Amino acid sequence: MSAFFRLLARNRLALWGGIVLVLVVFLALITPLLPLADPDVTDTANRFLPPFSEGAFLGTDHLGRDLLSRLMWGTRLSLAVGFSAAVAAATIGAAIGIVAGFYGGRTDNVIMRGVDMLMAFPYILLALAIVAALGPGLMNALIAVAAVNVPFFARNIRGITVGIAHKEFVDAARLAGMGNGRIILTEILPNVVPVIVIAMSTTIGWMILETAGLSFLGLGSQPPQADLGSMLGEARSALITNPHTSVVPGVMILVIVMSINLLGDGVRDALDPRLKSGALSRPMPATLVDRRSVPEAGKGDGILALQDLETQFHVKDRVYKAVGGVSLTVHPGECLGIIGESGSGKSVTALSVMSLVASPPGVITGGAVRYKGEDLIGAPYAKLRSLRGDRVAYIFQDPLATLHPLYKVGDQLVEAIGCHHDVSSAEARSRAIDLLKSVRIPNAESRVDSYPHEMSGGMRQRVGIAMALANEPDVIIADEPTTALDVTVQAQILALLDDLRKARGLAIVFITHDFGVVAQLCDRVAVMYAGRIVEEGPTGAVLATPAHPYTKRLIACVPELGEGRRELAAIPGLPPVVDKLPEGCAFAERCHKARNDCRRGNIPLEGPAEEARRVRCLYPENERMAEAVSS
Amino acid sequence: MSAALKLTDLSKTFEVGRTLFGKPKGLVRAVQPVDLTVEQGETLGIVGESGCGKSTLARMLVGLLPVTTGSIEIEGAALDNADPAVFGKRIQYVFQDPISSLNPRKTIRQVMEAPLKNLHGMGKAERDARIREIFDTVSLREEFLERYPHEFSGGQAQRIGIARALAAEARILILDEPVSALDVSVQAQVLNLLARLKEELGLTYLFISHDLAVVEAVSDRVAVLYFGGVVEVGRAEDIFSRPKHPYTKLLADSAPVVGRALRAPEGVDTELPDPLNPPTGCAFRARCPNATERCGREVPKLVEMGEGHRAACFHPVG
Repeated sequence: MSAFFRLLARNRLALWGGIVLVLVVFLALITPLLPLADPDVTDTANRFLPPFSEGAFLGTDHLGRDLLSRLMWGTRLSLAVGFSAAVAAATIGAAIGIVAGFYGGRTDNVIMRGVDMLMAFPYILLALAIVAALGPGLMNALIAVAAVNVPFFARNIRGITVGIAHKEFVDAARLAGMGNGRIILTEILPNVVPVIVIAMSTTIGWMILETAGLSFLGLGSQPPQADLGSMLGEARSALITNPHTSVVPGVMILVIVMSINLLGDGVRDALDPRLKSGALSRPMPATLVDRRSVPEAGKGDGILALQDLETQFHVKDRVYKAVGGVSLTVHPGECLGIIGESGSGKSVTALSVMSLVASPPGVITGGAVRYKGEDLIGAPYAKLRSLRGDRVAYIFQDPLATLHPLYKVGDQLVEAIGCHHDVSSAEARSRAIDLLKSVRIPNAESRVDSYPHEMSGGMRQRVGIAMALANEPDVIIADEPTTALDVTVQAQILALLDDLRKARGLAIVFITHDFGVVAQLCDRVAVMYAGRIVEEGPTGAVLATPAHPYTKRLIACVPELGEGRRELAAIPGLPPVVDKLPEGCAFAERCHKARNDCRRGNIPLEGPAEEARRVRCLYPENERMAEAVSS
Repeated sequence: MSAALKLTDLSKTFEVGRTLFGKPKGLVRAVQPVDLTVEQGETLGIVGESGCGKSTLARMLVGLLPVTTGSIEIEGAALDNADPAVFGKRIQYVFQDPISSLNPRKTIRQVMEAPLKNLHGMGKAERDARIREIFDTVSLREEFLERYPHEFSGGQAQRIGIARALAAEARILILDEPVSALDVSVQAQVLNLLARLKEELGLTYLFISHDLAVVEAVSDRVAVLYFGGVVEVGRAEDIFSRPKHPYTKLLADSAPVVGRALRAPEGVDTELPDPLNPPTGCAFRARCPNATERCGREVPKLVEMGEGHRAACFHPVG
C-alpha cells in the first residue's frame, strides 16, 4: 500500500489532482457546518450582485440567492450523485462482466449482445430516453447516468475475467470442492478489484460531467435545489450581462473533473503491474555502462572474448550482481556451452555481449567484450547496431515471441537482410527462400509467405535460426533454443545447428540447462552458478570427471534415459539470491565438502597450466585438478 | 493388487468453431478411445509430445473436462459427470506451473484451508492441526503459511501444490508435468519427495511428462501417447530400451544422452498429422520407416508383445 502511494506521489500532476480533490471533498463534507446563507432563499432586491459584494462573497444569482452557498451545496450534491452513479455502474457492470466472463459460452453471448445493444445508442440519447421515461429528477438522472456507463464496466471486467477464469488456480479451487459462486467471490473477485478501481477512477469525473449535463438541460435536479449543472443552466440566460453566475459553477466543474482525471490517471499508472517493473519507462538502445577500468586485450583470443564481464541490475537501493566477472572465449567453428540453472546469469551474460540487457535497470559495471579484438562495451550505438544481427546474431528460446505475428516470415527475413545490406527486394526475397532451404524447411517457396501462427513450433524455431543466419554472422548466441520444443524436434534443430557450424565455420555460444544437449553439441562447456563460472573445460572431460562439487552433483541430479526406476540425487537448498551473495564460494551453503576457508575471500578460477580446464574450488572432486589448485 | 483407476473407452472430442446457429464447424478428437488401468500403489507414466492429448486426458480424469465417451472407474466405483467436490476426495491434481496454480491474492494458509473446509468440513482448530501435519510431511516451514505465492521459488511453490493435493486426502494423484517448470537440482528434490510420499501414504500416481528420462526414473509402467491414442504400454525398464512401436523408438533415439553422437533420427519434412483432417489407419504412418499399405487401411490395435508389454503396430521394431 505504501508502495502504491509512493508511486502515485511520483506523478506530480496526480499528486496535485489528489490534493485539490481532497480539499474540494473536505469542503463539501463540512458545508452544513459552515456559516453560509440558506442557498434556496430568494431575495430579488439583491439579484445579480457582483462577486466580493458585502454579505455575498461570490455575488448572487438571478433570484438573489447567495452564489457561494449554492456553489458549496451544489458541489456537495454533484459529487454525491457522480460518486453514487460511478459506484452503481461499477457494481452492476462488474457483476455482469464477471458472470459473462466466468460462465462463457451461451451465457456470455446473450449477456454481451445485450450490452452491445446498450452501447449502440449514443450515450446522451440513451440517458435522455431513460430520464424521459422515468421523468425528470435527480434520482432518475443518477439512474440514467449509471445505466449508460454499465456497458463500459461490463466489457472491461468481462475481458479480465475471461483471462482469470482459465487460470490454473481456478481449476485448483474447483478441485478443492468450491462451487461456482464461491469461486467467483473468493478467487475471481479479489483479482478483478484493482481493475474495477482503475476503471472507476478514470470514469468518475466523466459521470459528474454527465450528471451536470442532464441537470443543465433541466432533467436532473429540480429548482430550487442547486447542483453544478442546474446552476449553469439557470445562469445561461445571463451569460453576457452577468457572466460571474456561469463562471462560478463552471470553474468548479473544471476543477473537480480535472483533479479527478489527473488523480485517476495517476492511480491507473500506479496500479498497473507493468509499471512496477519499470517496463513502461522506455529501455535504452544499449545497456548502460559504468566501469572504472578496461581490461587489457588478451593474446590469442578467439573471435569473441569476454573478459571479467560484470553486469548488475540496480533496482532502487538494491544491487543484483547477475554476472560477477565472467571470462569466456570462443573460436571460429567452435561451440561453447554455458550451462546453469535459472538465475545463474547465463542469459544476462549472453545479452551483455551486444549490450542488449535492458537499461534501466541493467548496468554493465566492469570488464570487456572483444569481437575480433575490439571492445564492444561502451561502443557507440551505431557501431553496436551495425554488428547486432550482422556479425553476432541471437537465437532465443521462444520463436513465437521472436517473430512478429502480423508479418509473413519471408518479409521478416527480408527486413533482417535489408537492415545491413543494400539489396533489391527481389534479391532479398530469393535470399530469404535460400535461407529457409538452408534450415531445411520443406516447400520453402510457399512457406516464405506463411505467417508465424501457421507454422509448428519446430518450424518457427527454424525460421528463428534462418533469421540469425540471414547476414552470415561469425558468432551465433543461442539462448535455450530448444527448451520449448519436443524431443524429436529438438534433435532435428541440434543436428541442423551442428551442420551449419561445420559448413560455415560459425562460432556458437549455446546456453542451456540440459547436460545431454551440451554433451552432444558443444566442444567446451562453462558451468555457471550465482553469476560466476565455477568450472570450465572440454565437454567430455568435464562431464566424465567433473571437478567442482556443484557440477558433479548437478550431473547426478539429471536422470538419464536407460537406467530404469531409481532414486535421484538432489542438491538440498536453493541457489543464493544475487543481491545477497555470501563471501567466498557461493555454493558453500549447499556443499557437503565446505570448510571454513570456503567462506572467505575470493576463490580463483584456476587449473593446470598444460590443460584447458579450470575450476573455482578449493577442494575439487578430481585429483588432477586438486593438485593444480593446491600448488 | 486391485485397480485404482480404470479407464474404459475414454475419449474426448472438441468442437471447433460454430456457425450462427451453434452447430460446430468441425470436430477434433483430442483423445482417441483409451483403455488404461492403473493398479493400486502404482505409478503410471504418460509420455508424449505437445498436442498428443496428455493434458486433456488428465483433466478429464479429475472432472475438469466432461468426457465425450467412455467411463472412469476410481477404486471400483464409477465416476461419471460427478460433482468436483466428490471427485476431489478421490483424485487430485498437481499442476505444471506451480506459481500460477496458486491464487496471487491468497495466503498459503487460505489456499491450504480450502480443501479441508470444503471437502472435509473441518473446524478451525482441526484445520490448523492438519495443515501443520501436512506441511511437516512435505518439509515446508510453517512460517510460509502467512505469505503470498509470489514470495516463493518454483520448487517451494510446487511443494505447496503437492501439499494442497494431499490435503484433500485423495489416494490417487494426477501429476501433470510437475517438475518441468523447475531447475534440475530442485526437480530431483520434488521427485524424491513424491516418491517418499507415495511410499508413506500408499498413493497411486499418474505421472505425465514429456521428459522420457524423468518418466522412466519414477514410473512402474509407461504409456506412450501419439495423436490422442495410446500406441505402447510397457514396464518402465523395458519400454525405452526395447521399444516395440516405431514412435517410441523415435522418442528414445531423440532424447539427448551424454555420450551419444548427435544425429537427427528422422527426416525434416515430417509434420504431425492434422487433427482437423486425421489420416486413415495408423496416425504415425507418415513418419514411420516401416509403414506399409496395410497401415493406411486399418487402425492398429494394442496387442500383447511380451510380458506386460503392449503396442499398437502391425510392424513392431525389435
